[in-house]
Amino acid sequence: MLSPVILIPALLNGLLTGAVYALVALGLTLIYGVLHIINFAHGALLTAAMFAAYFAFTVLGIDPYLAVFIISPLFFAIGYALQRFVIGPASHGEDRNMLLVTLGLSVVIENALLFGFRADTRTIDVPYAFSTIDLGFTYLAVPRLVGFVAVFVVALALWLIMSLTDIGRAIRAVAKEKFGAQLAGIDVAHVYAVTFGLGTACVAIAACLLMPTYYVNPSAGNAFVLVAFTIVVLGGMGSVPGAVLGGLVIGVVESLSSLFLGDSLGQVGIFLIFIAVLLVRPQGLFGAKA
Amino acid sequence: MKSFTPIAIVIAGLAAVPLLVHSNVVLNFFVVALMIALAGQGWNILGGYGGQYSFGHAIFFGSGAYVTAILQVKYGVNAWPAFGCGIIAGAVAGTAVGWLAFRAGLRGSYFALVTLAFAEVLRIVASVAPITGAGVGTLVKLDLSFASLQFESRAAFYWLILALVSVALIVTWAIERSRFGAWLTAVRENEEAARALGVDAVAVKIGAMVISGAITAAAGCFYVQYFLFVDSHIAYGAWISIEALLTPIIGGAGTIFGPLIGALVVKALGEAALVVTGEAPGLDLVVFGVVLIVVVGFAPRGIGGLRTTLLTKIKRGLGGGTAEVRRG
Repeated sequence: MLSPVILIPALLNGLLTGAVYALVALGLTLIYGVLHIINFAHGALLTAAMFAAYFAFTVLGIDPYLAVFIISPLFFAIGYALQRFVIGPASHGEDRNMLLVTLGLSVVIENALLFGFRADTRTIDVPYAFSTIDLGFTYLAVPRLVGFVAVFVVALALWLIMSLTDIGRAIRAVAKEKFGAQLAGIDVAHVYAVTFGLGTACVAIAACLLMPTYYVNPSAGNAFVLVAFTIVVLGGMGSVPGAVLGGLVIGVVESLSSLFLGDSLGQVGIFLIFIAVLLVRPQGLFGAKA
Repeated sequence: MKSFTPIAIVIAGLAAVPLLVHSNVVLNFFVVALMIALAGQGWNILGGYGGQYSFGHAIFFGSGAYVTAILQVKYGVNAWPAFGCGIIAGAVAGTAVGWLAFRAGLRGSYFALVTLAFAEVLRIVASVAPITGAGVGTLVKLDLSFASLQFESRAAFYWLILALVSVALIVTWAIERSRFGAWLTAVRENEEAARALGVDAVAVKIGAMVISGAITAAAGCFYVQYFLFVDSHIAYGAWISIEALLTPIIGGAGTIFGPLIGALVVKALGEAALVVTGEAPGLDLVVFGVVLIVVVGFAPRGIGGLRTTLLTKIKRGLGGGTAEVRRG
């Protein structure tokens, strides 16, 4: 059972799956790092973006990999507006209220999609969905390889935004010391909204990368969101490198545990890791402090 | 609330409903609303009074439901003791989760997440474990008799759930008047300050979770007796976690009547949405979500506290800038 012929492909596939997880987790950790709340609407926004990618392909005929460049700005705007006009004003700056409002949003988005599109599962048909690269000892699926490269591109882009631009500096300032940033003339509400927009754009990129090989229905995002929570907790809330590394680790863990335990219990393994990390080391494996 | 009179009046008023209404549809509406109110009352003790927002109260609802059903079906236990065991199961689950989470110092987002994760683990386990009937679920045998806690008339079920809700109301009232209740609100308002004054915050929170779990589990036990069926989606699904927190938040978290008001409003809105859309699913939940956001945004004391909220707003308006200065 431990023969490398099975084990190495499982490891590689786990890494590739983990990359998409990492992308979803990136958005979550970014929002947590600045707003200090967990965005419970993250999964619903992922589903919404997957629907957007689905309709971009079926109605407009745009390939998901090209649609990234339309859908991610669109979702940046949606995220910005949600934080600026809904979450921010409705929660009066209280963390508990933010949790409730994002939970409310997820219920609204998910069920509006259910109402609009019913529970049908939809897929798109792209020519490269099943194309593979032969590595000699195993095959790698091209769409998943694209996802793997994309997560590093996105992480790099985020890092560049954070370190080189004015808004990046403002975001870091608000994350460190909100009140001080406000005194220095930074518009905190704007920074919050930009952060939320960036997080939502990450989710939109993940959705476009998923669509060629995955399906969408009104609860499709939920499968990713608890995994993303796990990654964020594992990698340390608010840590971008933690999210990337955590994503890859979880991808491998899932791949290996479904190899040894079977598919339905593979997910339980992830949640048990999640609960264990939360209870024993809530600051995460790579985080400095809670 | 100091006096017991309002509670007595509300219970007496609700007890009269089946005498005035004979429609099974209307009675069914009230039975389901009261069941959700009971689950919400459980959430209210931990979330409303204690400030610990659980996103996974399905843990308790589902444990109560499964224990009641499995004891009857697999072990031939009579329904009455099975019901009691279901409630105890909720208290035990509350102790376990509370002990783990609060001793690890989890609060806020982290506490919400860990409760959510526990509910999800239980849902997945229940959907594959043989004892729960796995994917098929568990059916309780139909036996309409007082001895097996099943009634032919809706009215009898109504009085049963009303009795449970009444107990929960009285427990909440007693907590509010007790020293324990004072500790609990102190922890909600400022945990560090409460600790500094000698309150054992961890013990208080665990205690609240035990009571909370038992009450929400009672709603799960009732669900099984009423619908005679349970599966992993009903027991540990997100729907009940959401409704259990929705009702107290909408009705007024940390108030005795909050969950009751919230449940009636939420269920009435749900029915109205169904009338508008017919069989299409989803719209009722969209309405719940919007109401949740609106209530959090504009009526932080819930519908029950709307009058106080409006009065403070008016006063602040009359007071002009002073309120702002004081806040700064």
